Amino acid sequence: MKVAVLRFPGTNCEFDTQYAFEKLGHTTQLVWHEDEALPANIDLVVVPGGFSYGDYLRSGSIAHFSPVMKAVTSYANNGGQVLGICNGFQILTEAGLLPGALKRNNNLHFISKHQNLCVINNDNAFLNKCAKGEVLNIPIAHADGNYYIDEEGFKKLEANNQILLRYSDEEGNPVVVNGSVTSIAGVCNESKNVFGLMPHPERALEAILGSEDGIRMLKGFEA
Amino acid sequence: MTAIVNVFLKEGVLDPQGKAAHHALDSLGFTGVKDVRIGKQIILQLDTDDKAKAEAEVKEMCETLLANTVIEDYTIEIN
Repeated sequence: MKVAVLRFPGTNCEFDTQYAFEKLGHTTQLVWHEDEALPANIDLVVVPGGFSYGDYLRSGSIAHFSPVMKAVTSYANNGGQVLGICNGFQILTEAGLLPGALKRNNNLHFISKHQNLCVINNDNAFLNKCAKGEVLNIPIAHADGNYYIDEEGFKKLEANNQILLRYSDEEGNPVVVNGSVTSIAGVCNESKNVFGLMPHPERALEAILGSEDGIRMLKGFEA
Repeated sequence: MTAIVNVFLKEGVLDPQGKAAHHALDSLGFTGVKDVRIGKQIILQLDTDDKAKAEAEVKEMCETLLANTVIEDYTIEIN
């Protein structure tokens, strides 16, 4: 698999993301935000975490107007697979490629810790190697991870199995972490080729560092 | 002309910063506060004297960049 990893001023998870996909045996290529085209024959675009443009105005709001995002939007609209992690998730919601928005955490804190997540839907290209109801241990690190969507939008998400993950306890029961609507930690678009989540699977690749559950998640994209 | 844009979280969208400030005011003895909303103000200097044109342009700026209308409302004041 060939994976393009985007890089904006302020991105800081691009090397971890490359490491993760290379560890899984894939080739990766960094793509600068000023590039107007994506590399040829890629299988996946990852918008990694960080603080693009210093989170000025709103997290992800400036990055979404970068030249490369035009290419990503047309790639996604043509069915290409896109994964946004943390700040990448914020950028994809700002770009309108994913529904909803990410607000400041309800407790106003930057939350950085390992967190259990419950797999809500796995009938998609991302979580198909995980079981429905399975609990994964993945680190989170964000200040603006409080997922908001209005009632009508939420009903659509639920009806179309677009809710990917919820913050949970060890048994998979939802827990309040940052104030997200029904503890949502990740969603996908209606056609299930664009995915976004606040937790960092690329930071959960080695048992010795606390968890290797990220491997199973990222392996999902393999055919 | 100067455009003053105020951006606030929509009614019904919980404003955690406003809530925290409300609690703080309460604990300081300012008990008569019913609600606190915290937003941001963006001041734009425009090179036009046409108020209608300025208003239309700033509205487009708000819709495109300055506000995220999924969660935020905005007001525009042109002077």
